[in-house]
Amino acid sequence: MEISIIALPLIASIISGFFGKFIGDRNSEIVTSLLVSISAIFSCIVLYEVVQNQYEENIIIATWINSGSLDVNWSMKIDSLSAVMLVVVTSVSALVHIYSIGYMSQDPHKPRFMAYLSLFTFAMLMLVTSDNFIQLFFGWEGVGLCSYFLIGFWFKKDTANAAAIKAFVVNRVGDFGFALGIFLIFYLFGTVNYSEVFEQIPTITNKNLNFLGIEINAIDLICLLLFIGAMGKSAQIFLHTWLPDAMEGPTPVSALIHAATMVTAGVFLVVRCSPIYEYSELALNIVTIVGMSTAFFAATVALVQTDIKKIIAYSTCSQLGYMFFATGVGAYNIAMFHLFTHAFFKALLFLGSGSVIHAFKDEQNINNMGGVWKKLPYTYSLMVIGTLALTGFPFLSGFYSKDAIIEFAYLRGNTTGYYAAGVGILTAFLTSIYSWRLMFKTFHGEYNNKEIKIEETHESPAVMLIPLIFLAVGAIFAGITFKELFIGNEGFKYFWSDSIFFLKPLSTEHPPLWFLILTPTLVIISIPISYYLFLKNKNLTKQIVKVNQPLYQFLLNKWYFDELYANVFVKPSKRIGLFLWKFFDLKIIDGFGPDGISALIKKFSIKANKFQSGFIYQYAFIMLLGFSALLTFLIVK
Amino acid sequence: MIDFPILSSLILLPSIGALFLFFNRSNNENNLTVKYVALFTSLVNFVLSIYLWISFDQTTSDFQFVEDRIWIENFINYKVGVDGISILFLILTTFITPLCIISINNSIKNRLREFLIAVLIMESFMIGVFCSLDLVVFYLFFEAGLIPMFLIIGIWGGSRRVYSAFKFFLYTLLGSVLMLVAIISIYWITGTTDVTKLYGIGIDAKYQNLLWLAFFSSFAVKTPMWPVHTWLPDAHVEAPTAGSVLLAAILLKMAGYGFIRFSLGLFPVASEAFTPLIYTLSVIAIIFTSLIALMQEDMKKLIAYSSVAHMGFVTLGIFTIQQQGIEGSIIQMISHGLVSAALFLCVGVIYDRMHSRLINTYGGIVSLVPKYSVLFMLFTLAALGLPGTSGFVGEFLILMAAFKDNFLVAVIASLGVIIGAAYMLWLYKRVIFGRLINSDLKGMIDLNKSEIVILTCLAIPTLLFGFYPEPLINTIEVSINNLIETHNIKIVSR
Repeated sequence: MEISIIALPLIASIISGFFGKFIGDRNSEIVTSLLVSISAIFSCIVLYEVVQNQYEENIIIATWINSGSLDVNWSMKIDSLSAVMLVVVTSVSALVHIYSIGYMSQDPHKPRFMAYLSLFTFAMLMLVTSDNFIQLFFGWEGVGLCSYFLIGFWFKKDTANAAAIKAFVVNRVGDFGFALGIFLIFYLFGTVNYSEVFEQIPTITNKNLNFLGIEINAIDLICLLLFIGAMGKSAQIFLHTWLPDAMEGPTPVSALIHAATMVTAGVFLVVRCSPIYEYSELALNIVTIVGMSTAFFAATVALVQTDIKKIIAYSTCSQLGYMFFATGVGAYNIAMFHLFTHAFFKALLFLGSGSVIHAFKDEQNINNMGGVWKKLPYTYSLMVIGTLALTGFPFLSGFYSKDAIIEFAYLRGNTTGYYAAGVGILTAFLTSIYSWRLMFKTFHGEYNNKEIKIEETHESPAVMLIPLIFLAVGAIFAGITFKELFIGNEGFKYFWSDSIFFLKPLSTEHPPLWFLILTPTLVIISIPISYYLFLKNKNLTKQIVKVNQPLYQFLLNKWYFDELYANVFVKPSKRIGLFLWKFFDLKIIDGFGPDGISALIKKFSIKANKFQSGFIYQYAFIMLLGFSALLTFLIVK
Repeated sequence: MIDFPILSSLILLPSIGALFLFFNRSNNENNLTVKYVALFTSLVNFVLSIYLWISFDQTTSDFQFVEDRIWIENFINYKVGVDGISILFLILTTFITPLCIISINNSIKNRLREFLIAVLIMESFMIGVFCSLDLVVFYLFFEAGLIPMFLIIGIWGGSRRVYSAFKFFLYTLLGSVLMLVAIISIYWITGTTDVTKLYGIGIDAKYQNLLWLAFFSSFAVKTPMWPVHTWLPDAHVEAPTAGSVLLAAILLKMAGYGFIRFSLGLFPVASEAFTPLIYTLSVIAIIFTSLIALMQEDMKKLIAYSSVAHMGFVTLGIFTIQQQGIEGSIIQMISHGLVSAALFLCVGVIYDRMHSRLINTYGGIVSLVPKYSVLFMLFTLAALGLPGTSGFVGEFLILMAAFKDNFLVAVIASLGVIIGAAYMLWLYKRVIFGRLINSDLKGMIDLNKSEIVILTCLAIPTLLFGFYPEPLINTIEVSINNLIETHNIKIVSR
């Protein structure tokens, strides 16, 4: 059964991808959705087994690479960590498969789309169930590839193609760090299997390395290199630029890949490697700082964007930042909890926005929406649930996980901890503001769309709404139901057991009461604030924008990261490439090499030609010259 | 050993086929017969080589199927044999040649018979290179291989074929002359040119550096390593598709094989000493040519430059002198043989239809040629080293070994992987995706049956060895292990 969890999506993908033409659109949709749903049910059974019976297993499927001392297997490791991921991945994937039947109903390439979705699910499952770093890397690049296919799914759009390549290449930058991390692990331990590596970590805590002229602790270096990979996949600041562009893909893709599953792979990696990270204070601090900065940065950018999907994309970026800073302060289980709840409400928001886009016939600018909440009652109410859960409104799922992160950062008790808690609260406030801005602008106020009449907007079909309802149930109840299991003391002892490693036991104190109610209060009062700013008194907002024009432009242009990278990396690479080709290869190497030599020989032979003039007196003269030179030489000698 | 001279048969069979074609003038008009004769010959050879692989004993590093015949008394013996290092190259050769012959449909219009003769003769020579165990015999095959290739480019090439053919010849011949000198000196120093005997005797360390350099000059050109790589893009661009395939898939592998068999095997001390040189050149090749590939406008040139980068990984891996590094290099060479062959065939497919190799001629053809797009995508991914394709296994093992030896080299070489993704995906996007602008493309037809067969034949091993490279690794493991062990003993005993 365990293996079928992984195998079913792959089979689904093959059936739909290669035989989609023969079995027809409808059948390939049904087959893929069905198989992935079965896989989701099996995953739930596995999770149940893990929770109830502490079920753990490491299944070896086949040998992959066995070269010298390197021994890598295709394997499936089941423990509480991978079981949670299995459930998140397969259940969201199954819902997205079903939703896509409705969303892609007008698209001519349905089997291909479903095949990509299933293939993605397969790769993601390979990633989370690996028992070694190289299979993890396989899944890691595999999901990147499917993401590339799906972002560029509408291949006629140049922007979509560019975004797809950007996503792949930026991820490759992260993978570069990740691969170096794996090399370093192999160099130090001679193995790439988790359990063998983790066992040996305590033995090298004092080992220092000279890496490119920098003297650094070996464990610190491993953690930092792996974290570069995690930053790429989880769109953390500096390597985040691909995620907003990735919104070019169809919306179900954004929900599945760029919200619920693939982008959380980085968080998963850090949690999985907690036995390494726990020994590296430096790396944990850097993870905290990067996570915190991303959370804040993305939230500020989300405040001013106008594309509905890009706002949610930045929001995802920001929430991933929260997860990282949770891991950075050592609360791996809370990071996993936030990952878990986030999967539900963020997928809900994305699919909800997809429903809105569907209603407006592919309009994505929130300035061209508004006033349709009565026309789209289900979508509206489901998105309200999603928004409440995201902002951390009391007793919805985001409340439990996000507040737990902030509280834990506070309890950490050191400078980074306090600092992180502060930024966390500020970001929670910003999150609430931009989320309600999106809701108000999309559903309330006047109707602003000039292309289509308000009467033409319509609610989505049931096949799209039912998955949303499932997700909404998750967004409401996932927090309260699983709180004890994920972050309670009990769960800590029995549930996570060996899959997460804590060097020091987590603190069990409680922060002061004022601190506990601070975030929820801010979250609640931000609703009237954004109502006032974005609906009631729009002039005030315009005024603020006018006064702070430079700041506004800075945010609108996403802190100018894209421009910076274009000028620092992309253009120079092209220029250097052109230079190396036109000048170095053609002028210097060829010029002095083959072309130069043949030209030289030609020149000499032309010169030599001139000697053969055919005139006797010239030959006689040369002979005389040579003879006298020889004579002179002999006499002088 | 066994009585049946299987290696000599492998070498001779294609030549016999070629001879048959040569005397078969009566059927000159009927092109198909000629093609079937050539195809049949090469397929028999392929089956024979598979039989060789099956009966090959993986548990020993000794040379197997050895044939030893006196050619010139007390001087040269005709000696052939295979071990784990060479057998895979041999099979690659016999595998690629029939595919090449099938692929000649429209691309070769005139003198088909002569072309096929050239291809078959070339197969003979290449097999000879990979199984000869005598330096002189090796040299003869190694150099003779140039001639059919020279003719293929010079006669059936594009508009600048003469320039390219001469550039190819000039470069490769100049390097080889030094190798000949080195072989003669080895004979004077040790009194033999038998490789197995030389392994046993060893060559005095004081001669090794010069000899190594002489061999290097020949292998570096053929690999090709930076900065003697500029013949390759020209040769590829002008060569007909089948020629490019043979050149990329097999000819480039001779040098990598030579590095392992001769440079490492005969001159261990010098190999250690020159490792920094190889590292530097390999890393430069990886980065420089990847950047150059990014800017190419001609598809064949782009793939040619990417070949230089891939071969940079190969040389890097060989000279790590570690199990993973050398195994990675061999897998990378096999993988490159399959993938670059497939990519050149892919270019050939659309060239046959549109007669343009320029990237900007194309764009938006995915819905016109869906089957083509799928297969082309697969090979693009294999070229950029995606896990699950054979390209990944080799590259990853090489980098892993390089990292053990030298952090800086591995870090810079890994950067090449990023650029590799950029140029391959960009190429694919510009050719396949986007809007259909060029209206001439509208009539493009998808792959025909023979093209599907060829590309699928290449796709299957690419994927198979990506997921399960054990057949390759098991074949080479013992021989490489032995190579490294004897290498270390020789270094220490010095």
